[in-house]
Amino acid sequence: MTAQHIELKNIHKSFGKKHVLNGLNIAVGKGRSLVVIGGSGTGKSVMLKCILGILKPDSGDITIAGENVVGLKGGARDDYLARFGMLFQGSALFDSLAVWENVAFGLIQGRGMARAKARDIAIDKLAQVGLNAEVATLYPAELSGGMQKRVALARAIAADPEIIFFDEPTTGLDPIMADVINNLIVDCVKRLGATTISITHDMASARKIADDIAMIHKGQIIWQGEANQVNRSGNAYVDQFIHGRAEGPIQMEVLKN
Amino acid sequence: MNLFATIGRLVLELFAETGRIALFAKDGLWLGLSPRYYWAQFLNQFWRIGYTSLPVVALTAFFTGGALALQIYLGSSRFNAESLVASIVALGITRELGPVLAGLMVSGRVGASIAAELGTMRVTEQIDALVTLSTNPFKYLVGPRLLAAVVSLPLLVAVGDTIGILGGYLVGTRSLGFNEFAYIKNTADFLHATDITSGLIKAAVFGFIIALMGCYHGFNSKGGAQGVGRATTNAVVSSAILILAANFMLTSLLFGD
Repeated sequence: MTAQHIELKNIHKSFGKKHVLNGLNIAVGKGRSLVVIGGSGTGKSVMLKCILGILKPDSGDITIAGENVVGLKGGARDDYLARFGMLFQGSALFDSLAVWENVAFGLIQGRGMARAKARDIAIDKLAQVGLNAEVATLYPAELSGGMQKRVALARAIAADPEIIFFDEPTTGLDPIMADVINNLIVDCVKRLGATTISITHDMASARKIADDIAMIHKGQIIWQGEANQVNRSGNAYVDQFIHGRAEGPIQMEVLKN
Repeated sequence: MNLFATIGRLVLELFAETGRIALFAKDGLWLGLSPRYYWAQFLNQFWRIGYTSLPVVALTAFFTGGALALQIYLGSSRFNAESLVASIVALGITRELGPVLAGLMVSGRVGASIAAELGTMRVTEQIDALVTLSTNPFKYLVGPRLLAAVVSLPLLVAVGDTIGILGGYLVGTRSLGFNEFAYIKNTADFLHATDITSGLIKAAVFGFIIALMGCYHGFNSKGGAQGVGRATTNAVVSSAILILAANFMLTSLLFGD
């Protein structure tokens, strides 16, 4: 078995009385694409934020390439975060900055690169997601949702990160644009050779971008396997989810909330 | 409902909030005032907080100076002390009304806009995006705003003091029949440097309060448009109350002897 690139062991995280992560275990091999599926409010986003250190887990270990990363501070944390790229659910583009400045933000502000050089890289990354140089000088508010997503993708890959997170990359897009984004994600990740974790409840997207799929339910991973095994998981929760049925083991809990 | 429990909960919440604000202020100062510095952000904020607040502060000061001259004239003429008008206007403006009114006007204008801007950035995940782009939000967002407000407020108050005294002068000489040279001489003779500097010290403290409350409430806003609205209201109300309370404490500190 190859060494795991990202490994979470027994992660617990509560907000007040609400236990969001209950002993979550997950591992991703280097260069693999893991898609975590699960309903709303099952702890998918909290998991990503714990890995990034935006939230601190109450207990448990997170290791990246074998090194413990919980509670990093100062310069060590900056170096750590420089290894990541993230595509946010709502794109989270900076609306006061032009498109190219958004894409080049991590290079200019985070790494102190000269603006002219960062701009060239930004234009190149925009081209990789199918946007031409004319878009570069527009502002995010002038773009459609699909274009904003592409700009956000270009921003996430701008600094050639070794790990990329995708938070619901296709939510709010029409099926065709969603597929375009899926293709771009697959292309970009292949080109970089990055390890990725995506969270989604869009099964079409999950099947397209995943090497491995894991299902999260009530703050725990209840099933994990290769993407082509998801139809034969033998897990009633997974079956209900991937077929989008209202009836099944998950229903009871939905009604209780 | 147990009355004592309610009171206890409110008191605990008050202390908890005070503690959170103090920690936030510590992070804002410590991280914001240590390298690396975002000078472009500082200049941008200096422009927004300082320069664009000039008309509001100038108009407030002008009319307040005029009204003050009228009132003091009406009051002092009851015991034939009209000659005091010029000096009391100057003292009232520089020591109290200049900094307090400028502080309140700027808290409504700038404190609200900081809270709304950072609050929107929080709920659209732009602040989390900053973190993933190797940029510390305290250094990039909070530090420049705190510094810009602390520098701008004294400058605004200096301009406001001048215009307020001018307002008093115009009312005094045009409608109350004071001799122009005598009015200026009275103003200059009775005004000490400490009257002006004490007002400027107050202004710097008020600037800190306005930016701190705007940033704190913006950073901690939750839950969409309603949350941002609540953050904006809280920022303005809390900074206005803190300005008035701080003004009382500073007055007794600076003029206590």
